[in-house]
Amino acid sequence: MSDTQDLLTEGFVFTMDTYDMISAAEVYGQVISEMAQKNEDIVVLTSDLMRSNKTGTFKKYFPERFFNFGIAETNMVAAAAGMAVSGKLPYISSMAVFLSLRCAETIRTDLAYTNLKVRMIATHSGLSMGNGGTTHHATEDIAILRSMANMTVVVPADTIETGKVVRASEDLEGPLYIRIGRSIEPLAYENDAYDYTIGKHIIMRDYGKDAAVIACGVCVKAAVDAADALKKEGIGIRVINMHTIKPLDTEAILEAAQSTGALITVEEHSIIGGLGGAVAETLCDAGMGIKFRRLGIPDIYAVIGYPEDLYPLYGIDSAGIRTSVLNLLGK
Amino acid sequence: MRVKDFRNKAELLDYLDDKAMELRKQVIDLSMVSTGGHLGGAFSMMDIVVALYYHTLKVDPHNPTWAGRDRFVLSKGHGAIAYVPILADLGFFPKEWLSTFNKLDSPFGMHPDMHKIPGVEMSTGSLGHGLSIAVGMALSARLDKQDSRIFVLMGDGELNEGMVWEAAQAGSHFKLGNIVAIVDRNRFSLDGPTEEIMSIEPIRDRWEAFGWKVYDIDGHDMEALVDTFNGLPPASGNTPILVIARTTKGKGVDFMENNPIYHYTLLDKKSALDAFASIERSRPARRVTI
Repeated sequence: MSDTQDLLTEGFVFTMDTYDMISAAEVYGQVISEMAQKNEDIVVLTSDLMRSNKTGTFKKYFPERFFNFGIAETNMVAAAAGMAVSGKLPYISSMAVFLSLRCAETIRTDLAYTNLKVRMIATHSGLSMGNGGTTHHATEDIAILRSMANMTVVVPADTIETGKVVRASEDLEGPLYIRIGRSIEPLAYENDAYDYTIGKHIIMRDYGKDAAVIACGVCVKAAVDAADALKKEGIGIRVINMHTIKPLDTEAILEAAQSTGALITVEEHSIIGGLGGAVAETLCDAGMGIKFRRLGIPDIYAVIGYPEDLYPLYGIDSAGIRTSVLNLLGK
Repeated sequence: MRVKDFRNKAELLDYLDDKAMELRKQVIDLSMVSTGGHLGGAFSMMDIVVALYYHTLKVDPHNPTWAGRDRFVLSKGHGAIAYVPILADLGFFPKEWLSTFNKLDSPFGMHPDMHKIPGVEMSTGSLGHGLSIAVGMALSARLDKQDSRIFVLMGDGELNEGMVWEAAQAGSHFKLGNIVAIVDRNRFSLDGPTEEIMSIEPIRDRWEAFGWKVYDIDGHDMEALVDTFNGLPPASGNTPILVIARTTKGKGVDFMENNPIYHYTLLDKKSALDAFASIERSRPARRVTI
């Protein structure tokens, strides 16, 4: 019996005591390998990004269920549809910019229209590959994916939440887009001892009713830090982790709007059509005229730079969020 | 699928030619109900799909999701008007359903929907997707140790799509001998002759260069179709198959043949009657005297 078979026979569980030392993609690669031990339908597809998408672990243990499609993303997406319709549970990964833009029509026609159970792990999203330039920025993907009927769109706050989303994805019906970053990013959670459900918001801070910040992805941690800073200045805000952009937890948004009268959305995405757009639609549909601001990438192509320099530039870091809260409140 | 027992091959081929004739007439009927249809491409592909469904494919209308079945993907989804009457005739759903074609909330429109039409394996209509989908189906069949085949019917103009060639390289890379791709080589796309719009020749050389085994046959010769499908190497082989089926756009209706204006058309009553007569006249000579 090979070493691999030994491992499989014994079963292996990845203990995540190193959440702050690995990237979200690495968490995905490890969790999917763990899940595949019990679920023989799981197959993993990549497009010459095994090293970036961190699916090498899966390939090592399940080589017969791992498929590298080369630099041909659309073919990978449609082949995943063919596998899903044949009873497999495909997890496919590429960079967010290529999945959401290059493959938009294939995703919409072969995965969303058909309502097939395919999981997309979109890595290097937002400005996480900021120094890659516009060809590698993905700041339109939430807007595109959430306009597709049947699609679920999730933006985990950190590596801990990424693990929870990947685990939860096994039982979710229909297509799912999971948007993660590139590198090791600060944790929004101290540990993984919290309940997670796709589609249900999570209150990260609830210091008062001056305002509420609704955030997703890396911006959740930034919003938490802003809330902690504002608290010291006597301003109490609520921070909502809106990890699921679709289906949107509209009740949480309307409740926050009613109780605070001032909402700020923050995301590593264009201010058009993403989380901010979705929240604005919700408020307008409910006829709620409140103080409101969308933080994100303005309607431009972002400049080149490292994420830690770009987030402050576009005001989606903790300092930028703090300033926007103060401005919105007229302070 | 085995629809009935035949005493010999001639009887089988006569049966298939009769079916193709009958179904071409049904397509004319359907196009009147649906106020138009992709008639040119429907008639060029008809003999191919008849040979597949009434002879070659392992499918069961009474158990359409049977795991060991062969798959058929109509990558040229605009051929639905030729495809769905076959599924009805085989009993996948009641023929009466077809009277709703193109009407509000009908299961049937120009392109087939897998969730609305029993027997349709994949929703299609956007050209260039079918072969990639077949790659996924073929990989799954191999994982499941099924000896089924994945048949895909593409239009010839469809070969312009880049995604077809992504799938072509994957088909040989993954050694998918269980894929049989068929090109309905009717020589026309919507705007005119393929070699004027965007040439696809030399088709054979291109596919062979991509590592596919190529058959080149007359797509209206029922015997050639049946012999080719009967003589395929085992599905467990390492080389994907490409069948160039040389066809005539509008085949069977003399005034439509090779005339791109009939790519999508609505006939008036007189033209429909002329079409019926032409379809009957153009049926190949019988092999067995009745």
